[in-house]
Amino acid sequence: MQRYLLRRLVLAVITLVAVSLIIFILSRSAGDPVSLMLDEYSTQEDIDRMMAKLGTDKPYYQQYFIFLRDAIQGDLGVSIKEGRPVTEVILDRLPWTLYLGLTAFIVSLLVGIPLGILSSIKRGSLIDQAGKVVALLGQAAPPFWLGIMLIIFFAVEFRAFPTSGREDWNSIFLPAITLGWYYAAANLRLVRSAMLDVLDSEYIKLARAKGVPYWGIVMKHAFRNALIPPLTFAGVTLGALVTGSLVVETVFAWPGLGKLAIDSLNSFDYPLLQGVVVVFTLLYVLVAFAVDVLYAYIDPRIRYA
Amino acid sequence: MAVNTTTEILTPSGSSIGLRLVGAYRIFRRWPLIPVLLLALVLFAGIAAPWISPHDPNQQSLDDRKLPPFWYEAKTETSVRTVVQRVLPGQDDQVSLADAQAINPDIQIGDSIEFEEVTRAGGSGKHWLGTDQLGRDILSRIIYGARISLLAAVITLGVGGSIGVILGLVAGWYGGVVDEAVMRFVDILLAVPLVLIALAMVATLGTSLTIIVAVLTIFIWPRFARQVRGEVLQLKNMDFVALARVAGASTPRILFVHIFPGTINTLIVVATLQVGIVILLEATLSFLGAGVPPPTATWGGMVSDGRGHLAGGFETGSWWISTFPGVAIMLTVMSLNLFGDWLRDKLDPRLRQIE
Repeated sequence: MQRYLLRRLVLAVITLVAVSLIIFILSRSAGDPVSLMLDEYSTQEDIDRMMAKLGTDKPYYQQYFIFLRDAIQGDLGVSIKEGRPVTEVILDRLPWTLYLGLTAFIVSLLVGIPLGILSSIKRGSLIDQAGKVVALLGQAAPPFWLGIMLIIFFAVEFRAFPTSGREDWNSIFLPAITLGWYYAAANLRLVRSAMLDVLDSEYIKLARAKGVPYWGIVMKHAFRNALIPPLTFAGVTLGALVTGSLVVETVFAWPGLGKLAIDSLNSFDYPLLQGVVVVFTLLYVLVAFAVDVLYAYIDPRIRYA
Repeated sequence: MAVNTTTEILTPSGSSIGLRLVGAYRIFRRWPLIPVLLLALVLFAGIAAPWISPHDPNQQSLDDRKLPPFWYEAKTETSVRTVVQRVLPGQDDQVSLADAQAINPDIQIGDSIEFEEVTRAGGSGKHWLGTDQLGRDILSRIIYGARISLLAAVITLGVGGSIGVILGLVAGWYGGVVDEAVMRFVDILLAVPLVLIALAMVATLGTSLTIIVAVLTIFIWPRFARQVRGEVLQLKNMDFVALARVAGASTPRILFVHIFPGTINTLIVVATLQVGIVILLEATLSFLGAGVPPPTATWGGMVSDGRGHLAGGFETGSWWISTFPGVAIMLTVMSLNLFGDWLRDKLDPRLRQIE
């Protein structure tokens, strides 16, 4: 197990380094940050001073190592647009992304798992059909479009929720549903097929033959075993929810990291973009690693593989 | 005895044409009709766009801005107004002489007239799905948008699929260091927040179809490589491979002539399901402003166009600008998913657990 986890850890670190390298090369190939910060009246002296301050007078590989060294110490540079340390800007926005991501995660579980159980035990019924529609829509509708549709119906037409922002207590609902729907659909499918497999097994038949009440069988025997696939998927979900926020935050003007990434991209604020991408990847990789650990702990087949 | 039992069952090796037809009929007996029809429609729209689209997709028209879909009726307001030479801004109780004379040719300045003002134009067969904020025909733009989605999907899957297949074959066949290197690379690419990196890359390198396809390819090939490698690991220890080696076949020949055909079923299934993913990705990039640049019609870009014109709801808002292109994306992806599911059940039921 230690070997397995060590492998995953090394992989996580390499992923982070690779992403930081990609984004570093991108930000340098996008143009010299100095030229973005100075106007045409600047003298050569100004340019040199600015370059020395930003460290862009050094060769690229040195710049990258300085960036890495600083990043490990939590210093991601200074945002061009906001004039504040990138770490500070990101920490301001991070809670909102986590809030949205976690709420969407809860939505995906609360919708996906009960519907999955119901559609597996009432196979072919109305609930099963409804579940199929939810799943089909969820896996095909692009989130940015789904968000706009929810805005048209529930914010503009019925005025039940705010169209955007985070000021009101109910601002969270539409973005969370938009973000969570896809994963609710995936959870529904996973739980349903896992439940169908389990309900067909010998030990369920034995339990029924012994006269265990039906719901007792469903919840105690079947559901617990059917939880493993969605649990594995939860790792993928959590990570993807963080990046899914990119689109959803843009649609709903939600002040999280996703919107920050798009804004920094549009305003050519590369130090900020660089920081956001690294933090995003860190979140993504950390969640994946945490789930790997948890999963190895729960499922012995992985631990001893 | 053929080796791949799946294809053996699906395509009876009987020599008579009748048997073959029966086999073909068996395969397609219960194929998903609606998804296939929808996909054929999208494909047709993409290929025949210049001939079937009712308007030029980029033709702007100030008079035709935000026209609703065909079922909307024009809304008018009737009021008594004073006829003047020229209506000054803000004077709701006046009507210009020219407009008034169109109703009653004898009218003079200073008279009153019952005037019917069109507060919102109705829909018509001229623009079936209405027009956008620049007066461009939405149906035509959806038809042309299918081209971009299809092009992106076909090239990405063609190039990415080929790279993935070759690296997957090589990794699975040689094993050891080669395998480790390729698969770790795959792991890393699959562990990256894809949309964000792709967005940063496209935004920095430039928004053109070539760059978008190149970026998407980087993230698509690992999925093929992983799948093919798994297949190769199973196939390479089979007797027919050893026989081929004994018969003197070279490694490339064994890989491409003997092993590759065994992976085709899996590949078709993976590819079908990936088409949907690529279409969604391309649309997402376009929506975020990092797609093929305007005025080229892209489905994602069209959804984004309509975002600023929702106010007013169904009564006065222009909801159709965003809605219809999104419906096109959804129906296409949904059809691909349904078709892919069906193919998977037919060709390779083992894949059922893969999401």
